[in-house]
Amino acid sequence: MAVKTYNAGVKEYRQTYWEPEYKIQDTDILACFKITPQAGVGREEVAAAVAAESSTGTWTTVWTDLLTDLDHYKGRAYRIEDVPGDDTCFYAFVAYPIDLFEEGSVVNVFTSLVGNVFGFKALRALRLEDVRFPIAYVKTCGGPPQGIQVERDILNKYGRPLLGCTIKPKLGLSAKNYGRAVYECLRGGLDLTKDDENINSQPFMRWRARFDFVQEAIEKAERETGERKGHYMNVTAPTPEEMYKRAEHAKSLGTPIIMHDYLTGGFCANTGLANWCRDNGMLLHIHRAMHAVIDRNPHHGIHFRVLAKALRLSGGDHLHSGTVVGKLEGDRAPTLGFVDLMRDSFIKEDRSRGIFFDQDWGSMPGVFPVASGGIHVWHMPALVNIFGDDACLQFGGGTLGHPWGNAAGAAANRVALEACVEARNAGRELEKEGKDILTKAANSSPELKIAMETWKEIRFEFDTVDKLDVAHK
Amino acid sequence: MSEMQDYKSRVSDPASRKFETFSYLPAMSAEQIRKQVEYIVKKGWNPAIEHTEPEHLMDNYWYMWKLPMFGETNVDAVIKEAEACHKANPNNHVRLLAYDNFKQSQGTNMVIFRGKTV
Repeated sequence: MAVKTYNAGVKEYRQTYWEPEYKIQDTDILACFKITPQAGVGREEVAAAVAAESSTGTWTTVWTDLLTDLDHYKGRAYRIEDVPGDDTCFYAFVAYPIDLFEEGSVVNVFTSLVGNVFGFKALRALRLEDVRFPIAYVKTCGGPPQGIQVERDILNKYGRPLLGCTIKPKLGLSAKNYGRAVYECLRGGLDLTKDDENINSQPFMRWRARFDFVQEAIEKAERETGERKGHYMNVTAPTPEEMYKRAEHAKSLGTPIIMHDYLTGGFCANTGLANWCRDNGMLLHIHRAMHAVIDRNPHHGIHFRVLAKALRLSGGDHLHSGTVVGKLEGDRAPTLGFVDLMRDSFIKEDRSRGIFFDQDWGSMPGVFPVASGGIHVWHMPALVNIFGDDACLQFGGGTLGHPWGNAAGAAANRVALEACVEARNAGRELEKEGKDILTKAANSSPELKIAMETWKEIRFEFDTVDKLDVAHK
Repeated sequence: MSEMQDYKSRVSDPASRKFETFSYLPAMSAEQIRKQVEYIVKKGWNPAIEHTEPEHLMDNYWYMWKLPMFGETNVDAVIKEAEACHKANPNNHVRLLAYDNFKQSQGTNMVIFRGKTV
């Protein structure tokens, strides 16, 4: 083995951290960054700098480098690619040895991958597009507390998407009035209702009173309908101690599901709560407040598919994913890409859906994607077609805004959902025949009929086979 | 806009009881049931029939009508068993379910003969 000697000073990163001939190990964590460099800095040098700054490197050579086997620990930039349609930036692929990271710590992985490097001066902007977590690392993480199949068994819901609703107004209701809104939704046919993410334990409604009243609403709706019901009791709190206190109380009430905001609450709190849920037989709904701050800029930040993978590792049984409908058609492919990353066992690299690496989750349970926001009965055929059965569809305004109230709004959505699922099973094409399917269902449901008159019909013009092969942006 | 209606659902009214998937739609016709059986068979799932007294609606475990029909792809054979179960237990809820042995879960589950609710 060649003996290395110490030479103080600044060395080009590429001499140490650019290795195009590197042979990827099955255990490596792989990352794809979209790099927008400062003018005049070469691609390979910037890519190497990103690899260095997100792993073992610093700006100058230090003598203590020689006390370790840097080749065993360093991250390496191993490939560079053009970004189709954008000359200001390029993709750099970096491989990190698994021993760089603490086992089972999403916190530690992200502290490295999206740490100091994002403020690095040689970069104008930097975006983490995708991460391949090797099965060896996946196996060290707890993952979803229960997963899709176990949640179906607990809630007794099969062969269709789950149906939910966020209670509004999001702030200002008293606990007892809030419980009323929950009860009306559940007796009308929803499976689940949700605390708005902003609701924690404000002066107008402390958490304990909310949990107690909501639990009564759940239990009465169950007696009335003979179906299992739940409400995502939000235990997001200022401190972990307070969070666990709220979770313990929710459990003592016999409620099936609680909720956490994983980005504002943080990965440490989230992973701990997911472990607690697994130990206590509770389901965990995950909200994603702050995600748009991180994932919306196409040149800087972290793509949501990475945040979704991080959540699956950290743990959660539901995760908000966007609705697809009402947005540009081009959003469909990448959304379906990260929806698959949430719930499938193995996802193949597919650039047309924004997936840069094969991802093998092994036996780690899947996460229900949650489609929520701005949707109503007319969107149901498209939603059922796009998301399939393993999803949770949440109609907030589309339930509470019904002219006859929450129970009627809930019934309208439930009838629409079941009509679509029944028609799909019978071989009908939902996005073409949606209007006919809903109109027919409304003949036996005055609640659906009035809902269809209240909200504007959307056009059913999509082909059944989605045009997913749009150029990657 | 039509006049506001009361939502007619009461703890005291057995007609308010539902049975999970498809119970917000009118009871299925024989032809509709056939379509759902065809869907299950096409999915490669294993059909099964279960029933319960209506007062035990919310139990996880209903009575199995014989064993799940592993590998059965004949739609008529499945419908025949469902009808036989219904005939033998006319007041009970009878459900058609489909075991997905790859997901180790039920692919679907629906009450196809509604008993006398309590």
